[in-house]
Formats: sequence, structure tokens, C-alpha cells
Amino acid sequence: MGLKIEIMGTALLAQPDCEIDHHSAERLRAQIDAAFEKSSCRHIILDFSKISFMDSSGIGMVIGRYKNAEKRGGRLYITGMNGDMGRLYNISGLAKIITRTDTVEDALEAITNRRD
Amino acid sequence: MNKICVKMESLPENISFARVAVTAFISSLDPSVDEVSDIKTAVSEGVTNAVIHGGADYVSMNLSYLDRTIIIEIADTGVGIEDIEAARQPLFTTKEDMERSGLGFTVMESFMDDVKVESAPGEGTTVTLTKTLKNRE
Repeated sequence: MGLKIEIMGTALLAQPDCEIDHHSAERLRAQIDAAFEKSSCRHIILDFSKISFMDSSGIGMVIGRYKNAEKRGGRLYITGMNGDMGRLYNISGLAKIITRTDTVEDALEAITNRRD
Repeated sequence: MNKICVKMESLPENISFARVAVTAFISSLDPSVDEVSDIKTAVSEGVTNAVIHGGADYVSMNLSYLDRTIIIEIADTGVGIEDIEAARQPLFTTKEDMERSGLGFTVMESFMDDVKVESAPGEGTTVTLTKTLKNRE
């Protein structure tokens, strides 16, 4: 399981490179949470452009990271979702609470344009 | 008609194996990319439920097809489900601490033609997923 983590200003960028299921989701959340706690970031950007598969375990993982960002007054952004994931995003209701952008740059721009 | 049976230890790392097995099994039917994705996701949900909730040593997966109708049985001999109706409701979960979204059955129902659940407390659970593939030109 690959995971690249980078700090970009007030945002923590996490780029997993794997299939997201129950098995990998547990390890992803542990690593992302450890990096987020150590940082002073408020926002989390999950870049899913290298994810070839995701099931509802991924939805749980996303909601958990959304809550962590919210605790610091930040937001969670998802970028690079493919069509299959888009369907899961809509079914799950994630679409109502989590901002989806096409690229990491778009997410960073959305963060810069926030008014708080 | 074709049929295979897979018996795997009830371990999280075998969930991806189950996805690979079903993908390989149906490949001779030449399914579309979307159909493969739907079936893989539904199997992933079913096997995850068996691994997380079943509590048995093994999970069995019986895969079969007749013409273009695929039938997937995912069975465990674990604790069973007390209230199947409740368990199938969107967002129902008994594992909130594990960040389970409670969407497993919802995803299976959205991605397959039919989802049947047979279970009783102490008697294990069998989930039967059915999907008929579209004819390819």
C-alpha cells in the first residue's frame, strides 16, 4: 500500500496509491491521522487519482477524516475521483457534506478563497 | 452453467482476494468494465461483512453463472443477524468505532439486481447476490 503525504500551507495532502477496502482503510486512516496530529494543518485534501477501487470502507474512512478536519475548523476536499467512486460518493450522501474538486490545485484554490 | 467454490480464512487481507477471484471467474462472459466494477464492489461489501461481523473461522464464496446470470453466495457460519430488516437499512452499523459507514447492503442493492439475506442468530449468514450481464454486440 502506497501513501504520499505532503503539507501544503494549511492543508495536509494525502495521496494513497492502492485499492481502498476494509483492510487498507484501517492502515490509511492510522497514517493520515498520525501525520495530521503532528502537523498544524486545518484542512485535509484526499487525492484519489491513483485509487483503482473503493468500497464503502472508503466512505467510512473519508467521513472520519472529515470529522478530524472539522475539529480544527477546517474542511476535507476530495480530488481526482473516477466514475465508479463518483457513484459511491452520491449513494453515500458524501456529496452533501464533502467538497469534490477535479485537481489538487483546485482544492488549494478553494482553501485560499475561504473567507474564514 | 459453471461453478466454483472458494473457502478462505476470515481475514481482512482475503477481501481483495475475493474480488480478484470473482473478476477472474466472470471474465469468460466478457462483462463490461462497469459490470465488473459493480460486481467487485458488491462482493467486497459482502465478504467484508462476513469478516467483520460473522466471527467464524472461514468465509465461503460459491460463484456460478447460467447463461449471463451470475449468482454469488457469500456464507459464514458465524453469529448470524438478529434483525435482517434493520441490518439492511442505510447507515445501520454496529461498528461505529471502526468507522463503518453502514452502507454495505445499500451498495450491494445498488450495484446488483437482487440481494437475498438468509440468517438466524447463531446459525451464520448467507448473502446471495444476483446480476444478469447485458448482451455484448
